[in-house]
Amino acid sequence: MNQAALQLEEQYAQKFAKAKKAHRTKSLLKGLLFLLPSIILFSVFLFYPLFKTIYLSFFLTDSSGATTVYVGLNNYINIFTSPLFVKSFQVTFLFVLYTVPGTILVSLFLAILANEKLKGIGIFRTIFSSTMGISVAAASVFWMFLFHPSIGWLNQILAVFGIDAIGWLTDPNSALISVAISTIWMNTGFTFLILLGGLQSIDSYLYESADIDGASYFYKLRRITIPMLSPTLFFVITVSFISAFQTFGQVDMLTRGGPQNETNVIVYSIYQDAFMNYQHGVASAQAVVLFVIILILTLIQFKLGEKKVHYQ
Amino acid sequence: MTIPTHQKVIFYLLLIVSAFVIFAPALIAFSMSFMLGQDVMSGKILPPSFTLDNYVTVFERVPLLRFLLNSFIISIVIMIGQLVLSSLAAYAFVFLKFKGRDVLFFIFIATMMVPFEASIIPNFQTIRDLGWINSYIGLTLPFFALAFGTFLLRQAFKQIPKELKEASEVAGMGDFKFFLTVVLPMARTSLVTLGVYGFLTSWNMYLWPLLATTTETTRTVQIGLRQLQTQEQLNEWGVIMAGAIIVVLPTLILLFLGQKKLQKGLAEGALK
Repeated sequence: MNQAALQLEEQYAQKFAKAKKAHRTKSLLKGLLFLLPSIILFSVFLFYPLFKTIYLSFFLTDSSGATTVYVGLNNYINIFTSPLFVKSFQVTFLFVLYTVPGTILVSLFLAILANEKLKGIGIFRTIFSSTMGISVAAASVFWMFLFHPSIGWLNQILAVFGIDAIGWLTDPNSALISVAISTIWMNTGFTFLILLGGLQSIDSYLYESADIDGASYFYKLRRITIPMLSPTLFFVITVSFISAFQTFGQVDMLTRGGPQNETNVIVYSIYQDAFMNYQHGVASAQAVVLFVIILILTLIQFKLGEKKVHYQ
Repeated sequence: MTIPTHQKVIFYLLLIVSAFVIFAPALIAFSMSFMLGQDVMSGKILPPSFTLDNYVTVFERVPLLRFLLNSFIISIVIMIGQLVLSSLAAYAFVFLKFKGRDVLFFIFIATMMVPFEASIIPNFQTIRDLGWINSYIGLTLPFFALAFGTFLLRQAFKQIPKELKEASEVAGMGDFKFFLTVVLPMARTSLVTLGVYGFLTSWNMYLWPLLATTTETTRTVQIGLRQLQTQEQLNEWGVIMAGAIIVVLPTLILLFLGQKKLQKGLAEGALK
């Protein structure tokens, strides 16, 4: 009798486990079904290309991009020693150095201004964020005119002050800075919008109590605004770094990498090698370096972003 | 908290000067697009005479109407694709429990570390080998899956009370029906935000359309603008500017309408 009861219990347990397993398989399938479209597309257009790029970087290729000769690390040695590629890295780092602090400072200044509760502030917010809606191609056309040596506004303004005209985009000394200036302008809209959001989420109670203590405007800015904004600030800094390394459109429109390769940033160099010179191997090696740089930046954002910054 | 008058004056002064500096490049382009060629070349600032010729000419120089239509089709298809795929994925991450979910979530995060520029060579080969150069599918499909969109919608779906899901299960409602009839309508605002974002970024895409189009049939306005700029050899600034103004108008209007939502949505999807 006892034996029979035990057996029955065991049978139930087995059935229960089976049902549980079936349920698990079913929920797994359902979950995968919802995720499948994204997973397939990520695999085809993101993960596969990533591994293919790494693979290609060890080969020479023919003009269609098919591998011909295995060259080991030669492509990498090439890009770190040949003056042209080294130049491209230098240019990229300089470009990042110009645009990231420039974008952050300009956007922060605008966001702090636009965070004041003043009449008509909405119009200013709209204007400051407007460059986000302007495409790289259109923005480049705007700036191409401003940089124009004879009729461009920048040289006309300089002329008013009696300063000689500058060959903004044609002079090797100023071309990169000119592209950087136009890039800062293009990136301001997005960065401003994110920073303004960060400022608006700061508790107004903090300012009220500082007001009671008679704190000055700049004291509040230094002691409340900037520390409380630090998570957002950190986010926009990494995003700006990443987008600066990915710069392509404005270089293509404004300078085509010239003069004398002074604006030949890494993505433009990849584009030229892969799609003009048909050297997919060397281009892939550069793409891998770009990937590693962005990977490191993203990891820093994930890791440090949580610790080093002040959270409320 | 009231601001003293002298501080107010300083603020308005700074705001007006900054607004002018930020808006100047677009404003100058706008003004030039109504100018005659000789007025531009003589360095005039305001149009001494008003003409719409540039806008007529630009449509004759390049098939701009075709490019505009292409850009509209491509942007709307990418926008819809991103909304569908992101919302499905976000639903799985919020409402479904299954083994390996965390691993998959990590994979989604990992995709943010791969820049499109770094994988562009094999992607170009894929599209070429599939015969998708100069096709809408080649221009849109690679952008459907979007980790940022999934995170943004996941954040929105999390706000939906879990009790609703339980109630739907008791009522015998399937997941797909719950997703369509309850979750999507409740996350309307975030869907609109993601839609605006998707349209903006697709419309402004540059590198991929440059590679994936070789003829004018599927070329987008951005590459059309590049073509115009190369053709003109910088002599007819008014015509180029008219082209640029036409290219930025749709996105600027969209941005002005959706600025508040976009600001909130971007911060949520990115920071939390």
